[in-house]
Amino acid sequence: MSEKIGNVWIFIEQEGGKIADVSLELVCKGKELATRLGVKTEAVLLGNKISHCVETLYQYGCDTVFMAEDKLLEPFTVLPFAKVIMDLIKEHKPNILLFGATHKGRELAPRVASEKLAGLTADCTSLQIDDFDDKVNKKSYKNKLMQIRPAFGGNIIATIVNTWDDPQMVTVREGVMKMDEPVEGRKGELVKIKPVLTKDEAIIKVIERIREEKDVNLKGAQIIVAGGYGVGSKNNFKLICDLAEALGGEVGASRAAVDAGWIDHDHQVGQTGVTVRPKLYIACGISGSIQHRAGMDDSKKIIAINTDPDAPIFAVSHYSIVGDLNDVIPKMIKAYKSKV
Amino acid sequence: MSHTIIVFVKQVPDTQNITGEAMKADGTVNRAALPAIFNPEDLNALELALQLKEKYGAKVVVGTMGPPNAAEVLRDALCRGADEAVLLTDRAFAGADTLATSYALSCCAKKIGKFDLILCGRQAIDGDTAQVGPQLAEKLALPQVSYVEEVLDLDNNKIRARRSIDGGYEILESSLPALLTVVDANEPRPKGVKRIMKYKKAMTRSELATAHANANYTDAEALVEEEENLKSKSLLINEWTATDVGADLERTGLAGSPTKVKKIESVILTATDSKKVEPNEQGVNNLIHELIEDHTLG
Repeated sequence: MSEKIGNVWIFIEQEGGKIADVSLELVCKGKELATRLGVKTEAVLLGNKISHCVETLYQYGCDTVFMAEDKLLEPFTVLPFAKVIMDLIKEHKPNILLFGATHKGRELAPRVASEKLAGLTADCTSLQIDDFDDKVNKKSYKNKLMQIRPAFGGNIIATIVNTWDDPQMVTVREGVMKMDEPVEGRKGELVKIKPVLTKDEAIIKVIERIREEKDVNLKGAQIIVAGGYGVGSKNNFKLICDLAEALGGEVGASRAAVDAGWIDHDHQVGQTGVTVRPKLYIACGISGSIQHRAGMDDSKKIIAINTDPDAPIFAVSHYSIVGDLNDVIPKMIKAYKSKV
Repeated sequence: MSHTIIVFVKQVPDTQNITGEAMKADGTVNRAALPAIFNPEDLNALELALQLKEKYGAKVVVGTMGPPNAAEVLRDALCRGADEAVLLTDRAFAGADTLATSYALSCCAKKIGKFDLILCGRQAIDGDTAQVGPQLAEKLALPQVSYVEEVLDLDNNKIRARRSIDGGYEILESSLPALLTVVDANEPRPKGVKRIMKYKKAMTRSELATAHANANYTDAEALVEEEENLKSKSLLINEWTATDVGADLERTGLAGSPTKVKKIESVILTATDSKKVEPNEQGVNNLIHELIEDHTLG
């Protein structure tokens, strides 16, 4: 029996009518997967007063946008979102459904997957289409989604396949999929949904909501100067900021520096922070745990400064400086200022 | 007014403190290099439950699904202040992904009976998926509040909590019963000295039977008597199988898991050609010069 396979869907995350970068990254990746499978790329856009987002989604590659506008869909709460997505899945039977591995994506996707009895893989860093031979159950599957993610604290990389009903669901880390340039004038089809929501979906009430746009943009930064536990103190962390400012870069940090309270979590690079791939990454006093390297080892050039010649960060660095950052960083600032 | 709060916890390999190679030569995970610990955010969930118990009055039941030796985290929880413990253990649960796990835990919660709140850590450090909490909420048709930092108010039929969102926080109100996932936003209390003295003797039925066998003691009646004795002192850790909680075996363990692992690879450092730069003025000047030359620095 040959059945037509469903389309590739992307859950579009928006906040106040602004689409999250990760959603656009996933539209681009979703389009690649859809092209490989010969199906459509379709977006699920939920909120209130969000119709201006539709054009953008066409430009990034969506063939269809399913849009629902309702006052219960703004601000985001998990129950009404799960209900609308579940109703859409039942009606249209997508083959693949992608979510950003954000706060919202990571609480919404499992709720939907549980109800649909679909498999869900969290925090993927790569997605591919391939065949799968399930040797244990002696079944083979054509054109399945290979869901690739780090596990065991980043020490291993696992490839996971969903063998049950569609959709094959994943959440994908922010910043790991490349965003293509939008194509001006590209068109698609808008399908307006009338959401069926009851008071059952309204039992969680938002009493207060305080939110600020992040003032750090690590993902978009070309130069990142990052500090780790070896920086030694909050006061010393100023050196990291000084170098970043001198070079026109952003300030990053390892988890140890964030946990020590020297800098805000928004600056954290690595598995529990942001994945970055700048032109230049300068790791200062960062030993280079596997969790940190997972978030930065795709950087084009890496400079590592560490007093410990055996620090694992040197295994991924292009330039190794074994020395005291308190001594090296001022020299770098001075050298740069005198050259330009 | 007294609430019943279930806290679901997990014993995990300590992935942050690996003492040897994470993978064995045959490509399987080397568990010996990974000491078993109480999943950190589950300790935060337990701490929140104990704070609610102190403030509002509650019975705290802690549950875990795992191999027989996962009873260790339950003893730990009892020593910190939990009132009752349940170990859900069965070969039928082995190999469960998050969907099968949440199904098994939902059966366990139903067997525990009436409850007002279920608390879970946001995620476990072995998988970092954060999926079991929301999936369990769906299985039990409960509202879920994820990433909870603090409970602001709890009464007979609703809860108000502050939770983290991307770039800020929200205060949410939900009816009860509800499920909360808890982040690392409180300081878990240590084990109480008196409680340690008491609960180090707490054990499951299997552990009791093993202790008996080791003592070459085969009197079945004595075993039953001792079990009753432990129970009367609240030192018996409930031990439930898949059958005990009425689980459908098609939905547990590997059979109940839609996701299959196709391949596991050890992370290998991509060896980079690294240039050594001397930490002196000459070395740093040359480096900066090179980076400006190749347009890495503007």
